[in-house]
Amino acid sequence: MSEALSNGSAPILAVDEVSVSLAGREVLRDVSFAIESGEFTGLIGSNGAGKTTLFRVILGLQAAHGTVLVGGAPRSRRNPLIGYVPQKFQLDPDVPLRARDLVALGLDAHRYGIATPSRARRARVEEMLEAVDARDFADARVGTLSGGEQQRVLIAHALIAAPKLLLLDEPLANLDLRSGHEVVALLARITSEQRIAVLISAHEMNPLLPVIDRIVYLAAGRAASGTTEEVVRTSVLSALYGHHVDVLQVHGRVLVVAGEAGELADTSDHSHTQTQVEIVS
Amino acid sequence: MSAQLAAIFDPGFFTSQIVQVAATVSALAAVVCGTVGVFTVIRGQSFAGEALGDISTTGGSGAFLVGVGPLWGFGVAAVAAAAVMELIGIQRPRGRDLATGIVLGAGLGLAALFLYLDSVYHNTTGATVSIVFGSMFTIASSAIPAVIAFSAIAVCLVAALGRPLLLSSISPELAAARGIPVRLVGVAYLLALAIAIALAAFTIGTILSTALLVGPAAIALRLTRSPARAIAAAAAIGIAATWLSILLAYDSYDWYHQSGKYWPVSFFVVTLIFLGYLMAGLPRRLRRRREIAPDPARG
Ligand SMILES: Nc1ncnc2c1ncn2[C@@H]1O[C@H](COP(=O)(O)OP(=O)(O)OP(=O)(O)O)[C@@H](O)[C@H]1O
Ligand SMILES: [Mg+2]
Repeated sequence: MSEALSNGSAPILAVDEVSVSLAGREVLRDVSFAIESGEFTGLIGSNGAGKTTLFRVILGLQAAHGTVLVGGAPRSRRNPLIGYVPQKFQLDPDVPLRARDLVALGLDAHRYGIATPSRARRARVEEMLEAVDARDFADARVGTLSGGEQQRVLIAHALIAAPKLLLLDEPLANLDLRSGHEVVALLARITSEQRIAVLISAHEMNPLLPVIDRIVYLAAGRAASGTTEEVVRTSVLSALYGHHVDVLQVHGRVLVVAGEAGELADTSDHSHTQTQVEIVS
Repeated sequence: MSAQLAAIFDPGFFTSQIVQVAATVSALAAVVCGTVGVFTVIRGQSFAGEALGDISTTGGSGAFLVGVGPLWGFGVAAVAAAAVMELIGIQRPRGRDLATGIVLGAGLGLAALFLYLDSVYHNTTGATVSIVFGSMFTIASSAIPAVIAFSAIAVCLVAALGRPLLLSSISPELAAARGIPVRLVGVAYLLALAIAIALAAFTIGTILSTALLVGPAAIALRLTRSPARAIAAAAAIGIAATWLSILLAYDSYDWYHQSGKYWPVSFFVVTLIFLGYLMAGLPRRLRRRREIAPDPARG
């Protein structure tokens, strides 16, 4: 079954001309991109760029114009092909839910009734905890775990149902550099091992650059997609923002530096204008 | 030895019909409250539970006025109040407090009227006390079938909701992403909550009902780590608290120079639950202190 999906001609996710208006404001406009199985894609955009909104559209939780095909079929409310790690997740430390309980919920939380314990089920949960290096805190309450530990448990929760597409909304936002690297390395390993596609959002692209195959850059409600080299260029991003931005390489990091807001994109000389750092990615 | 036992377990205790009825009703109420209460605490809906309990005073006093069993009054009032809360918007975090507060005010206004009318038409004040503070030793055995039916509905409802209820209680976002109808599950859960409150009100009174709903669950949350164990522990704690209270209240008959009156069972229930909650916090406190205290061996 997985072979048919990964070798088929249809991309695992195809977003075509998607537009979304929220409270009378157009948040996304004609966003189009596609993701193939086994690809690691970064969804980059600053705060309020519409990353979470786009995820909600893909999940079928947000109405939108345009089409979204998941595994070649129209999106639906419950799509077993998609695993999701939300941006916001907080749990009080006193909630009686162990890491292993949350992972087990990933298997069949949509089924009504109580889970019947079985050896196969326990083994599957154990295997998943192992895969994300969460064995050490498998029996701790989720609310007492650190941000990085919680992130790994949530990834296991999303992966245990064997999805073909994993959506992660800003998984690195609350992590320090080291935990961030660990999570990124973990995701890269899982992507290649399980041949699933990963779409990971971030407002900061640098931690992802070593591992991502492709990038979807959101700005001003629109998207540019392609390989990192194709997208992260002065010409492409200036056209996207609607004004001139410079893409700079500093000590191996990529910085996107914008001119003053409201300035028109042009080839004219900007050196005399006072520049401000609007986005540092 | 048997003399000491007899001092604790009065010879008439186990054969007394009022004790048997009280023990049966309170055990069923405790199981329902344990099952529902763990979710109430996880979902942060304790205030809604408290409000439903207070509002069921309206149903209890109304039932007394028209001469039907109080359990039906509690049930109808709690379910109706839950429905109105849902309409006002209990599913949103801020709407939750608002909805609860508004419904609480309106419901208690009616309760004031009904209790007044009760005292006028039935020329008794006993009804008010037994509605508000419960009176376990006056429960008629004829009420048991209805208590069993209420309990079965609530427990089956929570069991049927099962995993979707757990996930949407933990993270509505994760649940929605899996296609779980989060709002519908919330409505069904609210119905179970209303039934649990009606049973608790029937057992220990409307005002104290949340103690049985939230208390054992809160203790269980301090002692256990998984949802299934928390529910089992909450039910067991509820049964232990109510049964021990029945025993204490039964013995209290002789405490004041053969006063010929039982102390209210509800008093013992809420006191025991409160003490239990404090004690459940103790081990953790002590453990923390030990971690902080310097190790004398190394000093
Ligand atoms: N329910 C809503 N009603 C109205 N506007 C909304 C709603 N949800 C989001 N928006 C707006 O849509 C825009 C995009 O929001 P979104 O949450 O998708 O951004 P984001 O890229 O995820 O940002 P962040 O990095 O801060 O998470 C924002 O300007 C936000 O104010
Ligand atoms: Mg977001």
